[in-house]
Amino acid sequence: MDEILKIEHLTKKYDDITVLNDISLTVKKGEVLVIVGPSGCGKSTLLRCINNLEDIQDGKVNIEGKTGMVFQSYELFPHMTVLQNLMLAPVKVQKRKKDEVKKEAEQLLERVGLSSKKDNYPAQLSGGQKQRVAIVRALIMHPEVLLFDEVTAALDPEMVREVLDVILDLAKQDKTMLIVTHEMAFARAIADRVIFLEGGSIIEDTTPAEFFDAPRSERAKSFLRTFEFEKVH
Amino acid sequence: MGFEVIFKGKNFIRLLEGLGVALKISLVSVIISIVLGMIVGMIMTLKNPVIRAVSRIYLEIVRIMPQMVLLFIVFFGFTKMTGRNISAELSSVIVFSFWGTAEMADLVRGCLTSIPKIQYESSKALGLSRLQTYVYVIIPQIIRRLIPLSINLITRMIKTTSLIMMIGIVEVLKVGQQIIEANRKSSPHAAFGVFAVVFLLYFLACWPISRLAGYLERKWT
Ligand SMILES: Nc1ncnc2c1ncn2[C@@H]1O[C@H](COP(=O)(O)OP(=O)(O)O)[C@@H](O)[C@H]1O
Ligand SMILES: [Mg+2]
Repeated sequence: MDEILKIEHLTKKYDDITVLNDISLTVKKGEVLVIVGPSGCGKSTLLRCINNLEDIQDGKVNIEGKTGMVFQSYELFPHMTVLQNLMLAPVKVQKRKKDEVKKEAEQLLERVGLSSKKDNYPAQLSGGQKQRVAIVRALIMHPEVLLFDEVTAALDPEMVREVLDVILDLAKQDKTMLIVTHEMAFARAIADRVIFLEGGSIIEDTTPAEFFDAPRSERAKSFLRTFEFEKVH
Repeated sequence: MGFEVIFKGKNFIRLLEGLGVALKISLVSVIISIVLGMIVGMIMTLKNPVIRAVSRIYLEIVRIMPQMVLLFIVFFGFTKMTGRNISAELSSVIVFSFWGTAEMADLVRGCLTSIPKIQYESSKALGLSRLQTYVYVIIPQIIRRLIPLSINLITRMIKTTSLIMMIGIVEVLKVGQQIIEANRKSSPHAAFGVFAVVFLLYFLACWPISRLAGYLERKWT
């Protein structure tokens, strides 16, 4: 299979603090990579370096094509309707025809169950609906790689599912995705491969079955234990 | 009560003309303040320490100095220093613009810094250029926040123009005083009526504007 993303010896520092330390990583076309790790270990920073939102101090990031990203906090443009949010970049950046973009936007909205919301403003949507629109807004640019940074972390529990279902649907369409998440059941279901990051380094790079059932490192084991609860009675 | 003097002769027309002078000076100053304020406000968001210090000093001067003092400095001071006469109207436009620009720049700076960083980042992630990000994403949001605030500034400027009678511009308050003086014998209590009407005229000029500001504020936030 073709390599779509290749990271070589990536190092990212804020002033003197090294946040990502010599990361090397290759992602193939259609692969779903889940990145897990404790808070502050550099997951967001890694996605942001891939997406060129941060400058890097050392190493190389090579992508065959474009990336699309969905963030943890809702980042829709509040002064635009759902449809305007979706159409802005394809029309202004990719110079595509308005009619064609509008048609695709409507089809994608239908697919995520939001056809009726196309003329609403973001303030009129629930958190889960906003995130689904944000995913569509990334998709409509036809990116080769999709980056998701804890897209359900700010959501009320009852809305998490509707967003994860959209991402599962994308996996079925063989999209290449890098997903940062704390939803372990979801991670296990969607991942082709799991990366465990700690202190800015890759500690494990393995299959979901192996990572969740038989993690090799002590650090991964203790990380996974934080998601378990002992019976009290 | 003193209302009878209002409609004596041309008094009412003169009051209205006085209001017109006040509004004209405000309007010119407001336009200058908005244009310059936008530019200065954008400059103020730069992280350069010299720019920061200069703009802080500018803002502090404007806030500490009463407008009347500024007006005297410009009107009398300029003439003294250069020996050239500067018209009272021009002096007031200079002072109100100096003041308005500072206030406007601070509003613009506040709006610019209140736009969350994620708005810039998601624009960049979508491939928008810097210019496109400003034109389609940032500026429309700033304008929505800014319009109600700048309308409030406009009403404050109209009210403050009452100061310009101090340097001899015949605006509504000055006309009112002239009317009171002229009718001191025939209607000794004219003051109440005249000032009530002056109050009413200011109110009529500012009230619709501040209602509009309130409406836009509710609509856009
Ligand atoms: N703009 C920044 N300036 C300085 N330090 C930062 C900045 N952004 C993130 N960091 C630091 O980098 C580390 C990794 O952050 P992040 O990638 O957000 O972690 P994660 O997403 O895994 O929780 C953290 O220790 C954080 O404090
Ligand atoms: Mg993060």
